[in-house]
Amino acid sequence: MPQTIHFQYTVPGDDFTRAGEASSSVKKALKKIGINPEVIRKVAIAMYEGEINMVIHAGGGSIDVDITPDEVRMVLVDHGPGIANIDLAMQEGWSTAPDDVRSLGFGAGMGLPNMKKCSDDMTVESVVGQGTTVRMTVLCH
Amino acid sequence: MKITPAVLARELGFSVLAGGQSLERAVDCAYSCDLLSFVMGRAPAGCAWVTVMGNVNAVAVAVLADCACVILADGVALDPAAKEKAEAQDVAVLSSGEPVFETALAVHELLSARQ
Ligand SMILES: Nc1ncnc2c1ncn2[C@@H]1O[C@H](COP(=O)(O)OP(=O)(O)OP(=O)(O)O)[C@@H](O)[C@H]1O
Ligand SMILES: [Mg+2]
Repeated sequence: MPQTIHFQYTVPGDDFTRAGEASSSVKKALKKIGINPEVIRKVAIAMYEGEINMVIHAGGGSIDVDITPDEVRMVLVDHGPGIANIDLAMQEGWSTAPDDVRSLGFGAGMGLPNMKKCSDDMTVESVVGQGTTVRMTVLCH
Repeated sequence: MKITPAVLARELGFSVLAGGQSLERAVDCAYSCDLLSFVMGRAPAGCAWVTVMGNVNAVAVAVLADCACVILADGVALDPAAKEKAEAQDVAVLSSGEPVFETALAVHELLSARQ
């Protein structure tokens, strides 16, 4: 399987019932290809946390996924409010999630740390008032 | 003997709220938490996840974190959108009338006794 498989998703903002669809679909595709279950789990967790952050904090966005024999690359782009202090946002426990979202079980401030833990490489670029781009790579071996 | 969500339901008196083939999947351990990104980061694959979150996001988390089943404690309901998603994605969801700790403990004791 030398070629790259590409997926692209539009993540609707504020739709909690559909959040996770993009991640589930990538998870299914990886399973079909026969990728190692531990790798699949890392991709699924990292991508879901990024996807749900776009829904909760940024009004939606888009996700591009490239699957190669060696790695899974994810690029999540939104045009939300951006993150003023990325170092702070990356800390476990930091969250600006509103109360209505907390009552659904979100807002522990563990999403970005989970993404970091599950990916072999992660960068966050953000401009306040313009949006956020998160790039994550998970190695397949 | 393999412990599955179906076995948990039968042996511990939980009711089955959703699930097809997933009811026959192996359960390896019990895990409990209600904060979804804690579950994402910490729940072991193959766990029976005991929680009071019966919403659609909890079902998504169970799929992506690869939980063997969700057990809603304290008789908490699975909301209709969550039930639909659980059926569509084949996630086993059980219901226990006991609180979270007692529910997780019962699962743990059954697993220990059978190993
Ligand atoms: N795409 C984004 N756009 C704007 N702000 C974001 C975005 N992603 C994260 N943030 C900010 O970073 C904080 C930390 O994010 P993180 O995912 O770690 O926690 P959370 O989403 O608040 O809670 P949890 O993920 O545990 O449910 C958020 O509360 C929010 O302020
Ligand atoms: Mg988050």
